[in-house]
Amino acid sequence: MIHVSNLTKHYGDFQALKNVSFDVAKGEILGFLGPNGAGKTTTMRILTGYMPPTSGTVTVAGYDVTTDSLEVRKRLGYLPETVPLYPEMTVWGYLDFMARLRGVDKRERRIDEAMEKVRIADHADVMIGKLSKGYRQRLGLAQALLHDPEVLILDEPTIGLDPRQIIEVRELIRGLAQDHTVILSTHILPEVSQTCTRVLIINEGEIVAEGTPERLMARLKGAERIFIQLAGADSDEARRLFQSMDGILAVDDKGNGAYEVECALGTDKRPEIARAVVNRGWGLLELRPVGMSLEEIFLKLTTE
Amino acid sequence: MKNTLTIARREIQAYFVSPIAYVVAAAFLAVMGYFFAMILYYSREATMRYTLGNMTTVLLFVAPILTMRLLAEEQRMGTIELLLTAPVKDWEVVLGKFLGSLTLYACMLGVSLYFPFVLTIVGNPDLGPIVSGYVGMLLLGGALLSLGVLTSSLTQNQIVSAVLGVVLIVLMWLVSALGDVTGAPLSGVFRYLALSEHFYDFFKGVIDTRDVIYYLSVIAAALFLATRVLETRRWR
Repeated sequence: MIHVSNLTKHYGDFQALKNVSFDVAKGEILGFLGPNGAGKTTTMRILTGYMPPTSGTVTVAGYDVTTDSLEVRKRLGYLPETVPLYPEMTVWGYLDFMARLRGVDKRERRIDEAMEKVRIADHADVMIGKLSKGYRQRLGLAQALLHDPEVLILDEPTIGLDPRQIIEVRELIRGLAQDHTVILSTHILPEVSQTCTRVLIINEGEIVAEGTPERLMARLKGAERIFIQLAGADSDEARRLFQSMDGILAVDDKGNGAYEVECALGTDKRPEIARAVVNRGWGLLELRPVGMSLEEIFLKLTTE
Repeated sequence: MKNTLTIARREIQAYFVSPIAYVVAAAFLAVMGYFFAMILYYSREATMRYTLGNMTTVLLFVAPILTMRLLAEEQRMGTIELLLTAPVKDWEVVLGKFLGSLTLYACMLGVSLYFPFVLTIVGNPDLGPIVSGYVGMLLLGGALLSLGVLTSSLTQNQIVSAVLGVVLIVLMWLVSALGDVTGAPLSGVFRYLALSEHFYDFFKGVIDTRDVIYYLSVIAAALFLATRVLETRRWR
């Protein structure tokens, strides 16, 4: 349904996204998990056609977001990070305006349905400026659902809600997944495990991990990765060497003498690896932990 | 076009729930009433010509106040993200905003028809120049509002938008003075470019297509530039 490849975005000198690629299948709920400033909102803004990417391509339902922006926008429902509301309008008036802009058929019925879904129907005639944060968030969600879009993009949909409302919204999102494709972002770890079918962990503009919530949790709790670049080594032999070492859980041959090995958490195998490599007479060009370890990101996510 | 009208409609509703529209409209009509009464009292002439002539100066300040909110507030509140991710083209947003402000201005002019109505009671005015005068006011107002829309697209701050609007309008108003410095043939160009050189004929009862084309061109150019400014926002 959504296909993103090699997406990069620069703001001046700052690189907000670095070569991000992923796919989302129909009916999936994909969670973007990452600390604040990781690039979640930037990615979503590119997907919705609000901003163009610096390079890379994004297609939604087969349409390219830069060349067929209007076709993409027709198929999207979008809840931005700051809920875009006009304080001087009533709830109903606002939804009516959005329904007209989106060219929704049978407007009144669709508005009523959307208000029912997010349970805001009893506030239909209230001025938006007088709504509480929770109701504003729900109204933003109603606006995104109004035209029954194929793809829903929700930037931090549960922010500012009380615990009971959070549960309601999560249930609502899970219910939508049958006939919608959903991408939501969050910086709260439990949210993804409860709502999403798949998770992308994004940090400093890069995807650092991807998988089902269960698999990621397992990985988050048990491993550290090290990147090794060798010169003049026989690839099979090197592989066997790393596999034979104590505390190394998995070896990933990246080709051209590059390897990524996964070690048990809390162990630093770098001195041992260096010694073993030098003993074989191979050149050791590079030896470093991979980016920020998942453990660190996990900590950042749970403490924020 | 449907989207444009949807946006214009929302804009008009927003005007009528905000105090700014009422304050500006009331001030506009009060000042106009003062000019009208004074001019009528001293000249004893059943004409709108001098009243409308004076009102052009007032309009210079009124137009940017009416338009200052239009795009600046959308950018400050983040609602621009909603409009630019809806299946709506950028120019439809800009045109809708402009039509919203033009409608409010037309309503203000409509209410001011009360003054020529008074003239028909107390005297026997020539209706031709009154009609053409109002057509001129509408065109001049449209041009000033479109320049206001342009400055509103440049900033998130309503006050900055209004001040920039007044400055831009005053510069374009007085650009004919440059002609006096340069002399012919450039003076003709500068005179043609000035906002202030194209409404006198309307008030005298002449609708010159050159003047009509001038104001329509200013509107088109300003709205085009505002659309481009909105587009460049996406690239930041």
